[in-house]
Amino acid sequence: MQDMRKLALLLRQIEDQLAVCMRCGMCQSVCPVFAETGREGDVARGKLALLDGLLQEMFQDPTGVDDRLMRCLLCGSCATNCPSGVKVLDIFIKARAIITGYRGLNPFKKFIFRNMLAKPHLFHKVLEWGSKFQGFFARPVNELLGTSCARFLSPLGHRHFHPLAREPLHRAVPSVDSPPGSSGLRVGFFPGCLVDNIFPQVGHTALKVLHHHGVGVFMAENLGCCGIPALSSGDTDTFNTLVRHNLQSLQSRDLDYLLTPCATCTSTIKKLWPTMAEGLLPEERLRVESLAERTLDISQFLVDKLKVGAFLQGEEGDRVPVTYHDPCHLRKSLGVFQQPRMILKASSRYLFKEMAEADWCCGCGGSFSLQHYDISESIGRRKRDNIAASGCGVVATSCPACMLHISDMLSQARDQIAVKHVLELYGECLEGENPA
Amino acid sequence: MVTGALLKEFTRLVGANNVFTHEADRLTYSYDAAVLTPVMPAIILRPTHSEALGEVVRLCHENSIPVTVRGAGTNLSGGTIPSEGGAVILTHALSRILEINEEDLYAVVEPGVITARFAAAVESKGLFYPPDPGSQAVSTLGGNVAENAGGLRGLKYGVTGDYVMGLEFFDSQGNLVKTGSRTVKCVTGYNLGALLVGSEGTLGVFDKIILKLIPPPAARKSMMATFSQVQKASEAVAAIIAQRIVPATLEFMDNFTLRTVEDYSKVGLPIEAAALLLVELDGHRAQVEDDAQKVESICRSSGATNLRVAQDDSERDKVWEARRTALSALAKLRPTVVLEDATVPRSKIPAMMQALEEISRKHALTIGTFGHAGDGNLHPTILTDRRDKEEWQRVEAAIHDIFDHALTLGGTLSGEHGIGLAKSHYLEKETTRATLLYSRRIKNALDPKNILNPGKIIGE
Ligand SMILES: Cc1cc2nc3c(=O)[nH]c(=O)nc-3n(C[C@H](O)[C@H](O)[C@H](O)COP(=O)(O)OP(=O)(O)OC[C@H]3O[C@@H](n4cnc5c(N)ncnc54)[C@H](O)[C@@H]3O)c2cc1C
Ligand code: SF4
Ligand code: SF4
Repeated sequence: MQDMRKLALLLRQIEDQLAVCMRCGMCQSVCPVFAETGREGDVARGKLALLDGLLQEMFQDPTGVDDRLMRCLLCGSCATNCPSGVKVLDIFIKARAIITGYRGLNPFKKFIFRNMLAKPHLFHKVLEWGSKFQGFFARPVNELLGTSCARFLSPLGHRHFHPLAREPLHRAVPSVDSPPGSSGLRVGFFPGCLVDNIFPQVGHTALKVLHHHGVGVFMAENLGCCGIPALSSGDTDTFNTLVRHNLQSLQSRDLDYLLTPCATCTSTIKKLWPTMAEGLLPEERLRVESLAERTLDISQFLVDKLKVGAFLQGEEGDRVPVTYHDPCHLRKSLGVFQQPRMILKASSRYLFKEMAEADWCCGCGGSFSLQHYDISESIGRRKRDNIAASGCGVVATSCPACMLHISDMLSQARDQIAVKHVLELYGECLEGENPA
Repeated sequence: MVTGALLKEFTRLVGANNVFTHEADRLTYSYDAAVLTPVMPAIILRPTHSEALGEVVRLCHENSIPVTVRGAGTNLSGGTIPSEGGAVILTHALSRILEINEEDLYAVVEPGVITARFAAAVESKGLFYPPDPGSQAVSTLGGNVAENAGGLRGLKYGVTGDYVMGLEFFDSQGNLVKTGSRTVKCVTGYNLGALLVGSEGTLGVFDKIILKLIPPPAARKSMMATFSQVQKASEAVAAIIAQRIVPATLEFMDNFTLRTVEDYSKVGLPIEAAALLLVELDGHRAQVEDDAQKVESICRSSGATNLRVAQDDSERDKVWEARRTALSALAKLRPTVVLEDATVPRSKIPAMMQALEEISRKHALTIGTFGHAGDGNLHPTILTDRRDKEEWQRVEAAIHDIFDHALTLGGTLSGEHGIGLAKSHYLEKETTRATLLYSRRIKNALDPKNILNPGKIIGE
């Protein structure tokens, strides 16, 4: 029998945070998982009560609580809406780490995280290898969306996924180190795994846009994952390794800001690196904090720092209608939602149109969609329906993870709607224009 | 735990996806929004259609399993805390709006429809369903009827019960009972609806609800006034009513609450004011303008120190943002929030506020008070930490004192949050021993096995 008292003692560190929940139940109105399942165990109130139950030693075995805790997108919708200000995401991430530390990491995840993710060099190699052979088991299904599906029975089920890029960003552009241009600014660029390996064109565009605006760029060689997949599975060891690795790589000289085109990376670096990375030396901690302070979503940088504004010339009728999906990690975690819209308004060939429920989660939630694809899919269909109802031929967003899931949903519904990163559209419109 | 043949039978009725018996799931249905000790049910059932709902009740009755119906579980009095070994029936999957009748101005709904969703559906047809409890984004209409929930518009438009035209519900044995109708008038049989509204799941399980709809007001106008004394604010309230003006909403906030709100949301409230009144008038445009001017001059002559009339929708939203954030702002100060609901005749508000001040001093507790000044329904909100045993004793003593004072002033235990488990032992105090016995006899006659939400309202 497992020693539940020991687990309860470990959970004491979140006891004060748990006590803040007044069980008002208001989180039911915003939780995407609860909206599909209607189960109290799926909404923040239920999960917080379960953690409280563990703390009170109400259970003989933590499995039931752990399973329910993992049925969560970590989208933060509950936290943003909570009248009592419960730090729901902090609690869930800490609790996952504590429970995983106690039960041990699932062997499959352990293998993937510790042997691959934690070793960026090897990780890149494996993915490149994968991109060569994927044609064997995947066949293209939607040209506009660039999605494929499995040729035969596979663990990916009936998903329509984006194959790995033939040439990842790090292969095309191993590193960048340019001095500040006309803007006088120099930034670090952190593409993130998904942009690097699946949507390298977003990375290329980002570099182009920064160059256009006269911004110097430093992109380190051999950057690692931001660590969120490991952390959300409770693997703090791999997370710590990755934070350290990246900190080392980003050891650069006078960066005014650190930019990412990935909402998830931005919020992880900004919010989780400073609070969750353990075992750092005091000097490293200071660097993490200062880096986190300077980390921005790339559209936030363009609008807030470079003052990119709406494009007002020309006939509206000539422009392609585009709508925008708010990634939870930008809007809910960081309160960034105006800037990406402004970038769309600054894109001369496009006409921005708001869709219904733009800030409702797309259902991806990273590894959540691997474990609970059925729920992910039903949340995604709601997003798909809203996109389709907007009548736009393009949906833009600011997170490659959302791009993957939304593409899957649109492709399965046989929609001819393109999924783009806001930057891609902006970059497209800069072509032929003179650099600032 | 429910096992064997009975579990099979439940599963056959509602489907395997709608039966939860895992201890982790049971724990998540052991509480509601009241600050009370959770109780684990034995089984959770989620019927997806009327017949299954009735059959589930029948089966529970046959097996003497106590039944607690649960909507969103947001009630503040323990109404959905189940009995040990009992069943929780979820209305979540009974959430269809069956009809919105624009000619005869009524709607028929299943009990699990979310209040705000319903109000929006009604609004999209150009009609109006006024009851708007603060929890409307999640609360269910079944829960609203069972608690007779109020809201901000109670003063002019009344509470949920005022909109119930008819009910279909299952009695304790699972038989369908019908009362009321789709007509404005109906005297067919006893007025069972009146008994069932506010019955907190103790007398029947709602299956369908017929709700009255009204035409929406053409215009609205909001304003905010601050006063240097609670007494003056209260005089203004009395004068408004005396002038035969009935605002849709007439809300109050004390100094502690408004300071907390200002700290939290920086809407520009004058933090030195002792009291804040928020007024919304609605109706025909000309009348609203007329009344607004009168209210303005009443507030001024009652000594309002500051007066702000919203000129457009965005200003109106700002005025109401202050009120909407009251609970969240207070809730952020301490871990545990005890939201009380004692109600007094509106002229007794200053006396009640005085009493609350004394209570907070006597028990050394932080109490912020806001609420519905127009109908005397105050929400003294005690901010505390339940884990601090000594402080919690003081909180319990303070709650006791609050009830005592409300009753002495001719008020009532609860304006809208219900009695549930939290206040059942005070019921006799407000009424008489005979009242309690009379109520128990009704319950006993209708539910001889005492399986419908036992212990709520009238105790065991
Ligand atoms: C933040 C917050 C603000 C609030 N603001 C207000 C307010 O302004 N005004 C107000 O009046 N209340 C308010 N409340 C209290 C609460 O929201 C209301 O009492 C609401 O009506 C409860 O609805 P529910 O769906 O959550 O019901 P539940 O809490 O699930 O149930 C309430 C009671 O109804 C019974 N019940 C539910 N469905 C049925 C059914 N089908 N048949 C028979 N019985 C049934 C239950 O057994 C229980 O006794 C607030 C609560 C919170 C947390
Ligand atoms: S909204 Fe916040 S306080 Fe309310 S139940 Fe959810 S987590 Fe708890
Ligand atoms: S983080 Fe998102 S999915 Fe998880 S409980 Fe909160 S709202 Fe639901």
